Amino acid sequence: MFEELRKPGGKLKLAVPRGALLEEVLDLLDSIGIETAEVRGDSRSLVFDGGELIMVTMRPSDVPTYVSAGAADLGITGKDVLLEQSDRPVYELVDLGIGPCRMVLATQKGDVAPSEHQRRLGMMKIATKYKRIAEEYFAEQGRQVELVEVKGSIELAPLVGLADGIVDLVATGRTLAENNLEVREEILSSTGRLVANRVSYRIRRDEVDDLADRLRQVVSGSPGES
Amino acid sequence: MIRPIPPGTRDVLPDEMRELRAIQSALLGTFENAGFREVRTPTLEYADALEMADRRSADSAYRFFDERGEMLALRTDMTIPIARLVADRYRDLDPPHRLSYFANAYRAVTPQRGELREFGQAGIELIGVPGPEGTAEVVELLDRSLSAVGLDQAVIGLGEDGLWTALLQDSGAGPETIERSSELLVSHDLVGVERSLRESDELDETAIAQATRLIQLRGGIGILEEARSFGGTGFAEVLDRLTQNFEAISARSLNREVLLDLGMLREIGYYSGSTIEVYDDAVGDVIGGGGRYDDLMNRFGMDLPAAGFTLYIERIHKAQLERGRDV
Repeated sequence: MFEELRKPGGKLKLAVPRGALLEEVLDLLDSIGIETAEVRGDSRSLVFDGGELIMVTMRPSDVPTYVSAGAADLGITGKDVLLEQSDRPVYELVDLGIGPCRMVLATQKGDVAPSEHQRRLGMMKIATKYKRIAEEYFAEQGRQVELVEVKGSIELAPLVGLADGIVDLVATGRTLAENNLEVREEILSSTGRLVANRVSYRIRRDEVDDLADRLRQVVSGSPGES
Repeated sequence: MIRPIPPGTRDVLPDEMRELRAIQSALLGTFENAGFREVRTPTLEYADALEMADRRSADSAYRFFDERGEMLALRTDMTIPIARLVADRYRDLDPPHRLSYFANAYRAVTPQRGELREFGQAGIELIGVPGPEGTAEVVELLDRSLSAVGLDQAVIGLGEDGLWTALLQDSGAGPETIERSSELLVSHDLVGVERSLRESDELDETAIAQATRLIQLRGGIGILEEARSFGGTGFAEVLDRLTQNFEAISARSLNREVLLDLGMLREIGYYSGSTIEVYDDAVGDVIGGGGRYDDLMNRFGMDLPAAGFTLYIERIHKAQLERGRDV
């Protein structure tokens, strides 16, 4: 299998996101007949043979990097990741409807509304992992912000005074609530998407279309609904 | 201590240099045999002159003032400088003009993406031969050029600018919907395209189904049959143009099949009519591109149809190396 990984041709390579989306992705793949038991196990491997295709597992935010470079032919990741990395060209083929979440602006409970804060001070300090999305959101509204890029547990930033608020992804909102934060504005909503490399989309078109069609059928509703 | 060079530029050492030279002589030889003669234009041009062609395409990342305060720019491709050259130097000569080049061009890069700030391009411009025959000549030479550098597996994709707009117009979409969905299509967001059509509320279900199907159609002559039932007279006219181009290309003996791609929409602003992209699955990126730009010469005051292609030298080289691993 390892020899096959670097050769053009051979089985399609699908970038599978580890983390919150993983379970749902594997369930989807199971339902179209791809062998996922090994990925579910506690193996330290990063590469798995799923029968008709090879699964390469990685962080969701690395999926556009691998797929745009052609190191993986296809991939699954969140729309939030695709928007944040919109300069990495990939074909976005199917809305899989999995892992629904919202990108929000949140501040501490009891704080004045961000818009009020803005009006008084003319400027806000916002901590985020999603610099591009946050930048575009505030720029569109003509609001001045200073973005502080942090890598993990963004909820911490406003609690200790690093920032006035955060732009982050929420699914259930539990982490926010437990850290005394509340949603003030909703920026966008996101679900998992099937993406394809631009060259694979052409050269391996029959296999790519076949996989996309099967996933589309499994996903409830017609393509494009979420 | 190491003295760095700017990100996106590189030193080429002798072994690689020899391989790049081999690509150069194979390509220039192929161009020459087909009657395309090499020209060179200055690396630096007046920014104004480049922008006459197309503001966005010519938007050089590297501009500065000369000793008289004129703004100079590093070229972003060779097509615009050659259009300028032909318009000014070939004014009294009868077309067609067949020219080729092997030169560096310059673009801005995103750090740490392996993008090149300075990159090599080899290509041809066929100026003064219109429609199907001109396009077919360009594609035939592209086919031979790819074979000359050993890329027999590379695929030529052929699209037609205007298909998308025509289908949407026939379906009753307004200018805003057309613009919004075109932007999404250029960024390859097919999920977003469908959503934008639905949200506009201007298209019925049949029209949406046709539009989302159209942009996924890529393959041989068979896909034209399916597309023929789409849209109205406006769309049929553009599709006829593509069919004629494809037939003219098919009449020539090529080393590879040409892949029709009805969803191809290129970002470069001066294209009109046929669009061309080149793929090799050893490289995850497009290794070349081109098409028709029948309005470009007009912007330099000369009314001539034109078409051409360019190959990205570093990616051609990479494809050769990846293929070499196979044997």
